[in-house]
Amino acid sequence: MLEGGSADAVRELKFRDPARARAMVDALTRLTVDIGRAPVSVMHVCGSHEQAIAKFGLRAVFPRALNVIMGPGCPVCITDTPEVDEGVVLARQGVHIATYGDMVRVPGTALSLADAQAEGAKIHVIYSAAQAVDLARSIRDDVVFFATGFETTAVATAAIVLNGVPDNFSILSAHKYIPPVMEIVAEMPQTRVEGFLAAGHAATITGWGVFEPFVARHKLPVVVAGFEPLDILAGLVKLLELIRDHTPQVSNMFPRCVTREGNLRAQDQLWKVFRPTGGRWRGIAHVPNGNLRLRDEFAHLDARRRFTIDLTSLWDYAPPLLAQSCICGDIMAGISSPSDCTLFGQECSPEKPVGACMVSSEGACRIWHQYGGHPDLRGVA
Amino acid sequence: MCLGVPGKVVEINGKSATVDFWGVRRQVWLDVVDEPVAVGDYVLNHVGYAIRRIPDSEIGETLALYEELIKASEQDDLMAADVRAEIAATQEREDA
Repeated sequence: MLEGGSADAVRELKFRDPARARAMVDALTRLTVDIGRAPVSVMHVCGSHEQAIAKFGLRAVFPRALNVIMGPGCPVCITDTPEVDEGVVLARQGVHIATYGDMVRVPGTALSLADAQAEGAKIHVIYSAAQAVDLARSIRDDVVFFATGFETTAVATAAIVLNGVPDNFSILSAHKYIPPVMEIVAEMPQTRVEGFLAAGHAATITGWGVFEPFVARHKLPVVVAGFEPLDILAGLVKLLELIRDHTPQVSNMFPRCVTREGNLRAQDQLWKVFRPTGGRWRGIAHVPNGNLRLRDEFAHLDARRRFTIDLTSLWDYAPPLLAQSCICGDIMAGISSPSDCTLFGQECSPEKPVGACMVSSEGACRIWHQYGGHPDLRGVA
Repeated sequence: MCLGVPGKVVEINGKSATVDFWGVRRQVWLDVVDEPVAVGDYVLNHVGYAIRRIPDSEIGETLALYEELIKASEQDDLMAADVRAEIAATQEREDA
């Protein structure tokens, strides 16, 4: 245990207090009655939120009228097939690919990076952008960092670029920016989302002010919440209050981590290195300003400019039969749940994933496979 | 990986710091954190970078929360695995 007086807080277990949880569940029930519509659908966009909701079986105690959907909150999952294909093609050309662990198993059109590795391609799993740079310093061959993740993770990529990288290092950016995709999902008629729960730790970087233009445009409330069960329940109570009162605004329920302006030093580095550009997200289609590309000053580090990435060699491949039944895209968009998928837990499992949502620890399918997604424990709780 | 991981700064080495994670000492980068960080401070880290200095008043609760998460690690827990990956994202110390 670290020093710092944590033992007292453990004893109190403020964030696991059953009495407080029950009080908040009661409040959620009252609020859905006040709102008087069913279902009231709200969306979160964070794998850690889904992990906590599923692990603690929160959907079993939510009022029936409340529908809490996971949206495009898993960076591995929303990385679309063509981006995986770019990595695979580069790997087969003989360059070393360094990427975060889960990306290795995400299926591309014909192959995953793991498949390419089995064929002899040089794939390196790293946990940090800095480790990709270390790899490039240790060998003479070209190293491409296949960089995935939302703005929180893109900040680390920006930091290594600004620190200077060796000549044999370049970046295949699949980084994504969350606020623009909320605009798209908010307009989707299939989901009819009435409010968003935003991820506390991502907002540590961006600040909660980043959601204000969204709220002004769409008249939907956004609540920033932490990832403990009570944090999530408190966030949902606030969100339903704002929906009931027709008060679209941003509310920060995670002040211990998030300020309005966020980490300005991190944002400065992020936008020095990257610019937002339109791009495809799995299941969401084109998201204006949703992708992060290297700015022109750093074009020499852009693997897409340094190498010819010819995807035509993959055109002859039809997706495997199973992949054609995969509904990962609809799950990303919040239109379907993992339990709607005929492959879920059958042909598709963490050991043999058919789609990206079963690969990542932040993917809805992987999480529901681990904990169950919508347990019916109403009598127990 | 929204979670990050907290640790205690035990040494500052220019642009990086040696940080203690439950007895394991690793290097994290200080390029991104937006407040001065001193020995004895706690920082929240993501993919090898300190992203936030944790205010003194929040250290106890933050650590307790993560200790609850890590306790579940024997059961192949997804959140605990994400926290372990965050520690793996820090650098081995060069003198270690």
